[in-house]
Amino acid sequence: MIHCTRALPFLILLVGVSCLGQDIQRFPPPDFESGYEFPVTTTPAPRAGTLNYLDVAVLFMALSLASYLALIKRSRQGIFALTIFSLLYFGFYREGCVCSIGAIQNVTLALFDPSYSVPFTVAVFFFLPLLFALFFGRVFCAGVCPLGAIQDMMLIRPVKIPHWLLPALGLLAYLYLGVAILFAATGSAFIICEYDPFVTFFRLAGNRNIVILGISLLVISLFVGRPYCLFLCPYGVLLHHFTRLTQWQVTVSPNECLQCQLCEEACPFGAIDPPTPKGMPAPNKQDRFRLVFLILLVPIFIAVGGWVASLAADSFSRMHFTVRLAEQIAWEDASEVDKFTEASQVFRDTGQPKEALFQEARHVRDRFVLGAWILGGFLGLVIAGKLIGLSRYRIRSDYEINATDCLACGRCFSYCPQEIKRRRKSKSAPTVRQEAGNG
Amino acid sequence: MVSSNQEFTRRRLLKDGFRNVCILGIGGASGILMARGQTDQYCWQIDPQKCIACGNCATFCVLEESAVKCVQTYAMCGYCKLCTGFFDPAPNALNTGAENQLCPTGAIIRTFVEDPYYEYTIDESLCIGCGKCVKWCKAFGNGSFYLQVRHDRCVNCNQCAIAAACPSEAFQRVPADQPYLLKGTNHSG
Ligand code: SF4
Ligand code: SF4
Ligand code: SF4
Repeated sequence: MIHCTRALPFLILLVGVSCLGQDIQRFPPPDFESGYEFPVTTTPAPRAGTLNYLDVAVLFMALSLASYLALIKRSRQGIFALTIFSLLYFGFYREGCVCSIGAIQNVTLALFDPSYSVPFTVAVFFFLPLLFALFFGRVFCAGVCPLGAIQDMMLIRPVKIPHWLLPALGLLAYLYLGVAILFAATGSAFIICEYDPFVTFFRLAGNRNIVILGISLLVISLFVGRPYCLFLCPYGVLLHHFTRLTQWQVTVSPNECLQCQLCEEACPFGAIDPPTPKGMPAPNKQDRFRLVFLILLVPIFIAVGGWVASLAADSFSRMHFTVRLAEQIAWEDASEVDKFTEASQVFRDTGQPKEALFQEARHVRDRFVLGAWILGGFLGLVIAGKLIGLSRYRIRSDYEINATDCLACGRCFSYCPQEIKRRRKSKSAPTVRQEAGNG
Repeated sequence: MVSSNQEFTRRRLLKDGFRNVCILGIGGASGILMARGQTDQYCWQIDPQKCIACGNCATFCVLEESAVKCVQTYAMCGYCKLCTGFFDPAPNALNTGAENQLCPTGAIIRTFVEDPYYEYTIDESLCIGCGKCVKWCKAFGNGSFYLQVRHDRCVNCNQCAIAAACPSEAFQRVPADQPYLLKGTNHSG
């Protein structure tokens, strides 16, 4: 049998062979005389499926515990300890994947791509915290989310953010959510995962730019409570709205509010609203007029938003592989370059018709135009909603937690004299019982 | 006072109603989305027929050491004495000196089997998944070297960072119970 010993250089002269396509059996596998047997290619298995059920169980327990600690036990230390646990388990042990925030995209993809089904774990990670929010508020943020945990731990020297700035920055999260859904729905990318700022810490490795992003966010976290959660987190948007319907919520005071104002500055996330001043005038005609005017403007907000976003549809669509490839090939053909990009070379080597590719790219782009209109309309609606919310007149007689913004961290509890009284009482409680037993 | 109380009750009823709707929605949605139930879990894998061994696999993985490694389908290999995946295209001598090897990390183990055949095995602890050997094996040999995501190393990112950078769309989500796309088996090469 003559074999490849026949000069490598000769073979190399034949280059120009592309790497694509079927393999060619140039040298048939030998029949061994020495009784040698072909080893088998090893296939180490992925993480066992049963461990995924463990994750689900841990998630459920952590959520339940967070609810108990925030609403019944009212213990900041407890919540803090749970936070550390979650950081270690979901963060460092599970290395950040899969998380509820990223799961938004899997669910979206499943809604739009019938060939993809949401794996069980991912579905639970997406839906369970929302379900808890319907009953107990954002307990997921309090003690379960590893991204929240890593920031929460950094908060040392909170500075006060002006109250008007919070909702404005909060719009970013809606934008992020909308864009992430657009890209997931079109099957272009999972940007929440690609730009997850903290996952690089959990894995102690990763893209350098993301590391820089993460470090900057952590530095900001020293002064501003949980910047990612407040201004960027797309899942936070969902939790925020589900919490509107919450059955129970965290309160600053275990009993009646004494209006002592001690808790006014307690919340680093601006979730405690002061009572409306006593002498504040009831809404007058002008206020009402403004409200009606704003409501009438809603369709215009939606239309303008949709139109503005549709202008960006083309740039958005470049996130899709096919569109990018089609544009590249069209450009290369038009400008007659002789050096193709890798992706374009691959496509050319397959010999598929370009027209089909262009057709498909057009189809994807059409979906992006539609998607951009919806995205823009949604953002217009959100802005209008925020404005209406700002000019609505609400009476609060006590210092109240705004459940939708409250991350249930429990920092404010110890500010309340009523709470301090309660703790003293509960500490002395066993003695009382003992005495009763003795008597 | 009565009217405000009434309003309070009304609002609470409304809230309860909405909450129930949401719960039903969550239940329904998760049911429908999971019921398609092709699989319990996905993981990422490279289709070796699409991969062009561009080198991105070595650098784009989120792990410090890429989870992608070269594998060998022995039954496809020619056991060539002069392996184009093993030797540098212009070797000084046909021995296992590092300067004669294509692999930048010397991860390919060459063992004599019987004249004139040699077995080529990948030492996974050294392989960085650069795909150099893959490229040359495919171009001039049988293509029995190819890249695969090794699931004992891969952390199964929700979005594989290499998949996002792959120029040939070779990465795909595969069911976790069939996590490899090996050549020479059912997918055949
Ligand atoms: S990025 Fe894609 S084409 Fe490049 S080596 Fe990896 S799988 Fe192959
Ligand atoms: S050449 Fe690259 S892919 Fe091949 S064994 Fe060496 S490190 Fe691995
Ligand atoms: S899923 Fe993550 S760990 Fe696995 S190969 Fe891709 S980037 Fe690497």
